[in-house]
Amino acid sequence: MNPLFLLFATSTCLGAIAVVISQSVVRMAFWLVVSLGSVAGLFFLADADFVAATQLLIYVGGTLVLLIFGIMLTPSGPALKLKTPPAEIAVAVVIGLLFLLTVFSTISGVDWEQKEIVAADRQPGFDDQSEGQTLRPIGLALLGVRPDKAGASGYLLPFEIVSVHLLAVLIGAAYLARAKQRTRNSNPDAARKSGNAGDPNHGG
Amino acid sequence: MSAVLASNSIAEYLHSPGLPLLGPISEGTALLAASMFHLALLFHVFAICPAVFIWLERKASGRIQDRLGPTRVGGRFGWLQSLADGIKLVQKEDLCPPAADGLLFRMAPYIVCLSSFAAFVVLPFSDGWVAVSADCGLLILLSVLSLEVFGIILAGYCSGSKWSLFGGMREAAQMVSYEIPLSICALIPVISAGSLNLGEVGRMQGGHVLNWFLFHDPFTFIAFFVYFTVAIASCKRAPFDLAEAESELVGGFHTEYSGMRWSFFFMGEYASMFAVSCVASLLFLGGWHTGLPFVDGFLTGLRDAGRGTEGFSILGYLANVLGAGVFATKASTLVFVQIWVRWTLPRLRIDQVMTTCLKYLLPISCVLFLGATVWPLLLLTTGRTTWLPEPIGERAVSSMTTTAEIEESPSSDMASSNSGAELQ
Repeated sequence: MNPLFLLFATSTCLGAIAVVISQSVVRMAFWLVVSLGSVAGLFFLADADFVAATQLLIYVGGTLVLLIFGIMLTPSGPALKLKTPPAEIAVAVVIGLLFLLTVFSTISGVDWEQKEIVAADRQPGFDDQSEGQTLRPIGLALLGVRPDKAGASGYLLPFEIVSVHLLAVLIGAAYLARAKQRTRNSNPDAARKSGNAGDPNHGG
Repeated sequence: MSAVLASNSIAEYLHSPGLPLLGPISEGTALLAASMFHLALLFHVFAICPAVFIWLERKASGRIQDRLGPTRVGGRFGWLQSLADGIKLVQKEDLCPPAADGLLFRMAPYIVCLSSFAAFVVLPFSDGWVAVSADCGLLILLSVLSLEVFGIILAGYCSGSKWSLFGGMREAAQMVSYEIPLSICALIPVISAGSLNLGEVGRMQGGHVLNWFLFHDPFTFIAFFVYFTVAIASCKRAPFDLAEAESELVGGFHTEYSGMRWSFFFMGEYASMFAVSCVASLLFLGGWHTGLPFVDGFLTGLRDAGRGTEGFSILGYLANVLGAGVFATKASTLVFVQIWVRWTLPRLRIDQVMTTCLKYLLPISCVLFLGATVWPLLLLTTGRTTWLPEPIGERAVSSMTTTAEIEESPSSDMASSNSGAELQ
């Protein structure tokens, strides 16, 4: 087995376990970044470079925003420890086992012999053919063109739906963070300041 | 793709049976050795950049303030000053405050360094001189560079100090906001190029200075300046260096750091300054091309002659060395402009920094993005042609048809499928 795969898989699992075990919010976020970053490494090893870059951008970057809110919305101080009540642990264990069952049934349902034949067609090494290069097919498929599969339709409609959805979310966020309407009695300076305070949240 | 990657040729050479002394090496070992070779080369680039640029910063700031700057260490121009700084920093005590979260406090500088080092992996320094030629190279580079802020927030929070926390928060607000116009501005030349592969983008701009994406259309011309402004901010350089602001705000996220760990932050900062300048010169300023038709034609001829011969060719190597020199000169000039700006402009307040991004740079970059998309259609309807390849709509269709042709004839040799997969 590929030693790099072992390395990334181990750090994914260890990072995930450390997220559960550690008690400080910031350490949890750090281990989550380790775990998700290792998943990105696994994607790179599987020649899915676009998915890997997206994983880095969205999940690892998203954890960053989570960390910022975790710091801003919880009492400050690195010594803060989170205590989980036993009832929550029981619920979490049940949900985790159910999820494990789902994943296990999905994995055992796939015909892996067939997949290995497809994987064997790839050339080894780090040149331009062997390395992922999944960007152009993915982009064309999102525009509704499938050069790799004759007759198959692309994903233009889902792509447009997701785009419009994200646009609606952006407009909603801008609406929530806008400067509040000035009442007759309020100080215009205070209204301007409260409008500015919401701005950093746009990036999320 | 015509350029053979160095790692691949090294791996092939090590894997070949005729290797003296060692005998045949397994493929995995050969690949590992090749990647180690790349890692060592890139690490030298990563380590030398800060040393040179810190010296340049000292010297330029001295000249701008009517001083001499460093003069003694290492001869006339004080060019060994960075090394002396390094020795001084190594000798300092490695402090960790008792209120800090020890593990994360010690880890944070490495995260900053690692993310800006990882950006160099997909950066082509000359035609084919790239560690990993990824199709979505720019996307990987931007996503990796954006991780730098994570180390800074960790450093700010885990120091257990209010000053550090405030600095980290300012930095988080600034960098997360400035990432958006940075990505949009980097996308504008990509629309014209039709590829996220930085090597391909660089190769497209050869021949003439008018082929540079800077002069492709009015939108890319403005986008370059917007990109450069945003890049300065995303490297947290003055006038946007609210994260540090040593004199006014009692330092920022690195208040509690000392010695080498403190200098790691600055190694990361100077290396990412160089990285964003490299991206600017690749996307807008023609990459490793000089822009003079006779020089570019000569170098391309040398490269093609080198490619025609078997094995290692001194001509192709020489052309690539010259190309890398041109590329490094362009990027270093941009870094020098960043230094120049730092010692010329006064620092903005944090609300002014946020206003600049969200109320000015973000709308400007969105308008430029829209304009760059509409521009080819405008050219198409008025019947005028541009210097560069055809508009993006036609190009997507043509690349689709060439890919379909490859699918039909799998027996065609590798070279022809390569040229088919390429853009034009």
